[in-house]
Amino acid sequence: MKGFLHFWRRFRRNRAALVALFVLLAITLIAIVGPYVYTVDPFEMMGRASTPPSKRFWLGTDVSGRDMLAGLIHGARVSLLIGIAASLCATLVGLIVGATAGYYGRAVDNILMRCTDFFLTIPSFVLAVVLIAIFRPSVTNVTIAIGIVSWPPVARLVRAEFIAQREREYVLAARALGMSDIEIMIRQILPNALPPVIVVSSLLVATAILTESGLSFLGLSDPNVISWGYMIGVGRTVLRLAWWMPAIPGIAILVTVLCINLVGEGLNDALNPRVQRR
Amino acid sequence: MNALLRVEGLSVQFPTDRGPVRAVEDLSFSVAAGETVAMVGESGSGKSTAALALLRLIEPAGGQVSAGRILFDGIDLLALPSRQLRRVRGGRVGMIFQDPMMALNPIFTIGWQISEALREHLGLSRRAARDRTLELLQRVGIPAPGERIDQYPHNLSGGMRQRVMIAMALACRPSLLIADEPTTALDVTVQAQVLALINTLKDEFGMAVLLITHDLGVVWETAQRVVVMYAGRKVEEGSVADVFERPEHPYTRGLLKTARLSEDRAGPLVEIPGTVPNAFEMPRGCRFAPRCAQAFARCADGVPPDIKVAAGHDVACLLAERAS
Repeated sequence: MKGFLHFWRRFRRNRAALVALFVLLAITLIAIVGPYVYTVDPFEMMGRASTPPSKRFWLGTDVSGRDMLAGLIHGARVSLLIGIAASLCATLVGLIVGATAGYYGRAVDNILMRCTDFFLTIPSFVLAVVLIAIFRPSVTNVTIAIGIVSWPPVARLVRAEFIAQREREYVLAARALGMSDIEIMIRQILPNALPPVIVVSSLLVATAILTESGLSFLGLSDPNVISWGYMIGVGRTVLRLAWWMPAIPGIAILVTVLCINLVGEGLNDALNPRVQRR
Repeated sequence: MNALLRVEGLSVQFPTDRGPVRAVEDLSFSVAAGETVAMVGESGSGKSTAALALLRLIEPAGGQVSAGRILFDGIDLLALPSRQLRRVRGGRVGMIFQDPMMALNPIFTIGWQISEALREHLGLSRRAARDRTLELLQRVGIPAPGERIDQYPHNLSGGMRQRVMIAMALACRPSLLIADEPTTALDVTVQAQVLALINTLKDEFGMAVLLITHDLGVVWETAQRVVVMYAGRKVEEGSVADVFERPEHPYTRGLLKTARLSEDRAGPLVEIPGTVPNAFEMPRGCRFAPRCAQAFARCADGVPPDIKVAAGHDVACLLAERAS
C-alpha cells in the first residue's frame, strides 16, 4: 500500500498521463455499461442510410442505416477487450520465453532467441492476416493471433533484464538458501525485471487495438461483433460523400491509442525513476 | 577425527575458448563439527571458487567440478539429486557472502527475505515465520527489530545488512556456515563486530565455520585451523598456532611477513615479488616456484606432494622434504 502511494505520487507528476488515464477510464466505463444504457442494436437497421449526425442519430447512420453511436459503444467493448487480452497473452508468452532464455543462457537461449528472431523477421500484420485466414475469425482467434505476432519484443526485453539480474549476488544467495530455479525466476528475479515490462505491455494494448482495427477493416475479424475497424471499413466506400462515417470511429481509435501511449509513458516515468525526464 | 565436511581431491574448471582453466586443483581438507577453519589466499587463488563449489553453486556460473568428492556428514554432495541438494543449501549448510548490499534482493523487505528462508525449509506459516524472524533479528544484534523487519536493504547500513545475511543463513540452524569474505566490504570497526557475532553464534549453535578470507588478522583471531591456497592449490594446512608460528611454505612465510602481524612492524612494507602465474601458463611443478627465492631445480619437475611436518600440519613443498 505504501509502495502504491509512492508510485501514484510519481505518476501524478506527469499531467498528460493523468488526463489520459481519466479519458481511458471513461472509455472503459462506456465500454462496460454503455450497451446497457444505450440499448440500440448496432446491427439493426434503424433509419435511412448515410444520414449525417442529427437529433435522432447523434452520430448519424452508416451505409445500411445502422446507428453509428450504438456501433461506437459496442465497438469500444470489442476493441478494448481484444487489445487488453492480446497484450496479456503476448506478455505472458514473452515472459516465459524471455525469462527461460535469459536465466538459463547458452543453448536454451540460442534456441529460444532464434525462434524469436523467426517471428521478428515476418511482418507481424501479414502474419496475423495469415493466421486469421487459416483459423475461423472469432474474437478469441483474433486475440490469439495478435498475441502470437506481438510477443517477440517482450521476450527480448525480458531476456535482457534476466541476463542483467541473474549474475547479481542476491540470485546466488537465493540459490545458497536452497531455492529452485523456478522459485528464483518467479519470486526473486521477475519482480526486479517487471517495471519495464509493464510499460511495454501497456503500449502493446495500443498496438493490438490498431492491429485489430486493421484486421476488421479488411473484413478479417469476427463478423458477429461490431468493432471500430469494421465501422471504418464500412464507411470507406462513401468517404467522399460522408466523411464523418469513417472519421468518427477513426477518432475513437486515435484518442484511445493516444491515451494508452500517454499512460504508458507516465508508467515509465513512475516505474523507472532512474531515467531522467528532460 | 570425525569430519563434518570432508573434501577429497576437488578440482574445478571453467571452460574457455583457449581450453579449460583449472581454478581449483586437487584440493583436500576437512572441517570437524564445531570447528572454525579458515581458507586464505590472495585474489584468484581459487578460495571463493572452492567455497562455491562445495554447495555446487559454481555450475550456474559456468564452472564444472571435474574431479573429487565433497562429503558432508557422510553424504556425497556431488552425487546428490538437486531436490535433496536444495534441502542441504540453506538448511544444514548456511552461506554468507562478501557484499551484503548485493546479496539481498533490493525490492523486498528484510523480513520478507528471512521469512522466505524459514518457510522454504521449515514450512512455517506466515505468522510463525514472522515471529521467528523477529527473534533472529534480535539474536544477530539488530536494534529495534520490530521496525527493521519492514525495512528495505537500502535503509540499512553495511554492518546491519551483513547481520541480516547472517540471520538468513542461520534461520534453519545449520551445522556448517560457509562465510565467503564476510567482512571484506565492511568498515574496520564493523568487521570486528561481525566476526565477534559469528563467533558467538558458532558457540551457541555448535556449528562449524568455513571462513574464506585474505585477512590473516581475521584468521588469527577466529580460526582454529587454516588452509593456505596459492594459484588453485593448497600449499599448507595446519592449526593456526602451528602455521603462524612455524610456517613451512615460503609462500605462507611471505604472506605472514606482508601481513605484519608480529612485532616487526617497523621498516618498509614487504611484498612477495612477482605475480600469480597466468591461468593458461601454469608451471608444471610447484606453482609458487617462479616467485620463490629458495626454489631449486626439482621444484619445476612435478607437483610437490603433501608432506607431514607435524601432527595435522601438512605442507606441499620440497624444502620440507629436504629438511626431514
